[in-house]
Amino acid sequence: MSFKSPLKTVKGLGSSHHGTQHWWAQRLTAVALIPLSLWFMVIALRSMQSSEALVMSLQSPMNTVLMIVFLGTVLYHGTLGIQVVIEDYVHNQTQKTVLLVLTQYASILTAVAGIVAVVTFHISHLTVGV
Amino acid sequence: MGQKKERPLSPHLTIYRPQITSVLSISHRATGVFLFLGSFVLIWGMVLDIYGCDCIFPLFHTSIGQLALFAWSFFLFYHLCNGIRHLFWDAGKGFEIHQVTASGILVLFASTILTLISWAIAFHYIEVIL
Repeated sequence: MSFKSPLKTVKGLGSSHHGTQHWWAQRLTAVALIPLSLWFMVIALRSMQSSEALVMSLQSPMNTVLMIVFLGTVLYHGTLGIQVVIEDYVHNQTQKTVLLVLTQYASILTAVAGIVAVVTFHISHLTVGV
Repeated sequence: MGQKKERPLSPHLTIYRPQITSVLSISHRATGVFLFLGSFVLIWGMVLDIYGCDCIFPLFHTSIGQLALFAWSFFLFYHLCNGIRHLFWDAGKGFEIHQVTASGILVLFASTILTLISWAIAFHYIEVIL
């Protein structure tokens, strides 16, 4: 069975005017989060085994980069998901708009705060190679 | 005009018997919302921790906190496994009802196993080099 629509003949982007952008972004972040969340669980389990483990993990540049990518991807994926939930269940137009805007503001603020903290932590625990 | 007609209604949500398809579907959304809100707690906890206020992470060392983390990790693995199930559907695979049921059971099984393995590692019940 084929689910393909005659996409070639579709000129517009549908009633929402942005086509499949939301859907595609949610899938791309989902795929990225498969390895990233497994990696995150390893870091989380390590830091449960010993409190120094997290410090050691975030001393590594690779883990620092992955943590920043993870933070951004999780919040982006989550924001896209919450958007659908709000659109489905909140029917008052004003409330809906306010909630959507607040979610996006809160996500961006949290992402930036988290990234700055990870970078600060990484730099302050940087052991310069002898 | 204005006269309300008695039109047949499709069965309400409350009338349907819960099935593995519908329960897993709403669980994906519920765990997604939980994980999104939870990521805010983790990230702000980390930000506060790095800037000197160890306010949130000590809560995870209490027994209630540990229980919450256990449930949290299950929600993460569930959302991860069921998300992969969704990606298969996006690729147009596994839509037959017996496949949907089987993949649903597989998701529950896999996420339970992953959660148990994680906690076995965290509590040193099994030694794995992470």
